[in-house]
Amino acid sequence: MASKITPLLFRSAFRPARQASKQCRTFAASARAASDSLNVHRDSPENNASTPFKFTEDNNKIITEILKRYPPQYKKAAVMPILDLGQRQHGFTSLSVMNEVARLLEMPPMRVYEVATFYTMYNRNPVGKWHLQVCTTTPCQLGGCGSDIIVKTIEKHLGITPGHTTADGLFTFVEVECLGACVNAPMVQINDDYYEDLTPETTIQLLTALKESANDVKTTHTDDVEAPKGFIDGDDKNVNKGKDIGVAGSAPRGEILKKNGVPVPIPGPMSGRRTCENIKGLTNLTSEPWGPEVFRKDL
Amino acid sequence: MLSRHAPSRAISSVSSRTIPVTAGAVSRLPSAQQTRRLATVQDDPPPKRVYGGLRDQDRIFQNLYGHHGADLASAKKYGDWHKTKEILDKGHDWIISEIKASGLRGRGGAGFPSGMKWSFMNFKDWDKDTKPRYLVVNADEGEPGTCKDREIMRKDPHKLIEGCLVAGRAMNCTAAYIYIRGEFYHEAVILQQAINEAYKDGLIGKNACNSGYDFDVFLHRGMGAYVCGEETSLIESLEGKPGKPRLKPPFPASVGLFGCPSTVANVETIAVAPTICRRGGSWFAGFGRERNQGTKLFCISGHVNNPCTVEEEMSIPLRELIDKHCGGIRGGWDNLKAIIPGGSSTPILPKVVCDDQLMDFDALKDSQSGLGTAAVIVMDKSTDVVRAISRLSHFYRHESCGQCTPCREGSKWTEQIMKRFEKGQGKPREIDMLQELTKQVEGHTICALGEAFAWPIQGLIRHFRPELEQRMKDYAEKNGEALAGGWNHDALQQGKLISPGQ
Repeated sequence: MASKITPLLFRSAFRPARQASKQCRTFAASARAASDSLNVHRDSPENNASTPFKFTEDNNKIITEILKRYPPQYKKAAVMPILDLGQRQHGFTSLSVMNEVARLLEMPPMRVYEVATFYTMYNRNPVGKWHLQVCTTTPCQLGGCGSDIIVKTIEKHLGITPGHTTADGLFTFVEVECLGACVNAPMVQINDDYYEDLTPETTIQLLTALKESANDVKTTHTDDVEAPKGFIDGDDKNVNKGKDIGVAGSAPRGEILKKNGVPVPIPGPMSGRRTCENIKGLTNLTSEPWGPEVFRKDL
Repeated sequence: MLSRHAPSRAISSVSSRTIPVTAGAVSRLPSAQQTRRLATVQDDPPPKRVYGGLRDQDRIFQNLYGHHGADLASAKKYGDWHKTKEILDKGHDWIISEIKASGLRGRGGAGFPSGMKWSFMNFKDWDKDTKPRYLVVNADEGEPGTCKDREIMRKDPHKLIEGCLVAGRAMNCTAAYIYIRGEFYHEAVILQQAINEAYKDGLIGKNACNSGYDFDVFLHRGMGAYVCGEETSLIESLEGKPGKPRLKPPFPASVGLFGCPSTVANVETIAVAPTICRRGGSWFAGFGRERNQGTKLFCISGHVNNPCTVEEEMSIPLRELIDKHCGGIRGGWDNLKAIIPGGSSTPILPKVVCDDQLMDFDALKDSQSGLGTAAVIVMDKSTDVVRAISRLSHFYRHESCGQCTPCREGSKWTEQIMKRFEKGQGKPREIDMLQELTKQVEGHTICALGEAFAWPIQGLIRHFRPELEQRMKDYAEKNGEALAGGWNHDALQQGKLISPGQ
């Protein structure tokens, strides 16, 4: 009996070993890389589970405000805005931020990690003070002078390639996918602001102005500044509103102003046009606007 | 933005029949020349109507270029929030019938009739259900080429908020969530400010507009994922999970956000609803061809002299749209190479088709493309069209959520193949393989992202196959003909083409 089993045993015992040596190429099931950074966490001195993180008093108030928007039994729906708030306070979404959010929302940390790795706007590694996100998708590639030139200009000016931070920690430069300002192509998003209708000259102007103002301007990517809460209470003085967007003569767009000697680039198209209109003059919406008089009378 | 184009198929089949005109009755008087014809043959051609040339009085988004404020006072001055109470009091059947009469089709890409979609929420015995019901506004505008919702949100936020209330009333919703993409920080701030104003003025919230109807509007910022523009993944994302689409059925109208009945609609669809109710469905239906009625925001980007966003009549000829509003194509119309007519996921059209193309759902469907979000991407003769589409393949590979295999793997393969084709590194028969690959993906994925990356490539192969083959020829002359898979012609000699185990 044993003699009958032995060859079988030997065969099956050696089979895995033989196959392992043979299969040097497998049918690839590529993991999804949503964000350009690594999908896994690697402990580093500035990002590990014991990095201290706690929401500030002000931010705790904002969190209560956020939680009011979702049904109480679905507290975890608030994970995205609260992670964002954490990122704004801490500078990037560290492991400790994720853990703190998980504790606050009483959800398993893994569910928070899933969210933080899925969405591209959570920076899981520290970024520079100015986070340059250049859109390089087809409409930007075609429009204006084309994003290829803009990417080259930035590479040359800063001396870094996409995905890197300058040595002084001021600029992080990444290529991103469509940012939804295709009519104003090419464009770059710097932190929360859109700078549109770029040319190589205005790009360099913009970068120079940002560099000059670095010591005087606080951004959300530094620890000591209060996180802007504009998306919660609709109040952010840096955002152009209403008439300021479109009418010439009010707040300038895309220009670099000097405030107390500090150059401040104003978000918007850098070409002198106000928004998405035809730059050579309006082709429509030139007559007197209509009001309630055009409505049906039987309401 | 991402939605299957299936529903529009049924409609286009109907609309291809021409509608009998009453004017024909006059010519049907007995005459000597009259010949007997088959009953199915049309006696008279339908009257020719020229589309385009919308007057300013008929533009819904008057503040498209930000000439007046986005605040409540100026919004009211230009007709927003005018007699909203009366509209709400008329009830859901009235609002839905107005929307149906207007012929409004969803502006997010699929073009499903909005009136019908909204009526799905009022199913049998809906009022016996105590669950909350939600309207979810899809402001996750991510389709390359599209930038219309952004202009609505930062300049006419009150149109959107009022739209939420009116559409919400039509569907008997308790609250609306506006899911805005995270990159639109400025837009989110302006929208939130407008929401606050509306709450303060009693226009929304408890007893909205004194109509006895309670309605809340909440803003939720996404965090940068194109796939969240698909309705079910948007719902997943709103629930605080990674935005991976759900299988349908159950449709969101029965089990949606937080397990409650919900409907997802595009910003533009919602924002035009109040004006349609106030000016009448027949007014809106007066624009554009039958079954493609209304006005539409067109975003024209790429190689035009002056790119812009503009509100125009549906069915406007493509050439007129570009010449009139964008100062023409760089170097004149003859310098045109191709146009992507409706955002990146619609197939590309070559110049011959563009010459007399009408911009509406059915006309573009007939040209084997689609209106999508009406984001016109123009390419002139200097464009490397293969590279343009290859860049889109990269976009879709980046944005695939990775949930289902055809899309996760297919988008990566197509990207790799397109990268090679850019250089001409391949064999002509690989073009057919690529075509077959996209056909295998199409319709076999959970959401429409599969179609979205397959269609641009199919369009490229359909119209620019000679260019692809030429490139391969050029590459072959320089480097020797590449083998299938992009291997060098001498790869075998170098001992590279050995399969495992050989």
